[in-house]
Amino acid sequence: MVKSVTSVGRSGLHDWMIQRVSAVILAAYSIYIGVFVLSTPDLHFSVWQGLFAQTEIKIFSFLAILSLCFHAWIGLWIISTDYLNILALRLVFQVVVIILCLAFLLWGAQILWGF
Amino acid sequence: MRFSIYRYDPDKDKKPSMKDYELEIEPGSDMMLLDALQLLKEQDPTIGFRRSCREGVCGSDGVNVNGKNALACITPLSSLKGKKITVRPLPGLPVIRDLVVDMAQFYRQYEKIRPYLINNDEQPVREHLQSPEDREKLDGLYECILCACCSTACPSFWWNPDKFVGPSGLLQAYRFIIDSRDTETESRLEDLDDAYSLFRCRGIMNCVSVCPKGLNPTKAIGHIRNMMLNRGV
Repeated sequence: MVKSVTSVGRSGLHDWMIQRVSAVILAAYSIYIGVFVLSTPDLHFSVWQGLFAQTEIKIFSFLAILSLCFHAWIGLWIISTDYLNILALRLVFQVVVIILCLAFLLWGAQILWGF
Repeated sequence: MRFSIYRYDPDKDKKPSMKDYELEIEPGSDMMLLDALQLLKEQDPTIGFRRSCREGVCGSDGVNVNGKNALACITPLSSLKGKKITVRPLPGLPVIRDLVVDMAQFYRQYEKIRPYLINNDEQPVREHLQSPEDREKLDGLYECILCACCSTACPSFWWNPDKFVGPSGLLQAYRFIIDSRDTETESRLEDLDDAYSLFRCRGIMNCVSVCPKGLNPTKAIGHIRNMMLNRGV
């Protein structure tokens, strides 16, 4: 059993599950937004604002940002443990990734709900 | 036929190099790569490689041929393409000399999965019986000869050989997890539930494409993950 302190979950299965569920949410969100953009010929600010004024879309968007945050955290953590062999560099990279992910999550929430 | 062989003697050489050899082979005839290596060794007795059973059972002569891991004794020269056959040691493990690698890391991972039956039930008078159906579950698992062709073809094992058990070890882990006579299923699954031991497998299936015994470690890893999911959801 290998202990890791900077990964998202405390178990490999936990991270594996989050990675897959978040991938499904991100795929669904990308398809939804893609279809919306392609099927709306006259896409201007008010249409865009109208879309994001709906609570369902706000929740869906927030879930997508949350998924992106966890997916990136897990993915980049794995990459850093494969390729960054200098301990200090690895630790700094992982902490920066975690801080950025959390910052984007909060920023996304602020944009969506405007508080 | 031309051969390019990886040569390295840490006592003499500063760094490894490739050396070319020529071997006369009668047109229309074929032989195993191990036989060719033996003939080359007659030309140059300093070439070092491991071999024992010369029939794909002992797993000693795993080498990297034209970029793909294989057992030299069951790889016919006719199956190898190209004008020159390049033979290197198994990648990712420290080289002791020429084609001989240090397998210690590989065996340490094998040791980790407790490769023996553990049964804490009351001991039967004669033996632990197993139904034909339960025995069948071990097919495709017990045949592993620990040649390390799969684990040394796996990038996850190259990057984390001290933490990732590797395809061979995980295939063996599943062999004991699924064995009806073993009572340590829970603790075996628990031992593998970290970010490295099993989950470093990204499913690229290099292990499946190189296994000289035709086994499927990726499938075994999938089975272990499903068992973990079943008890974790």
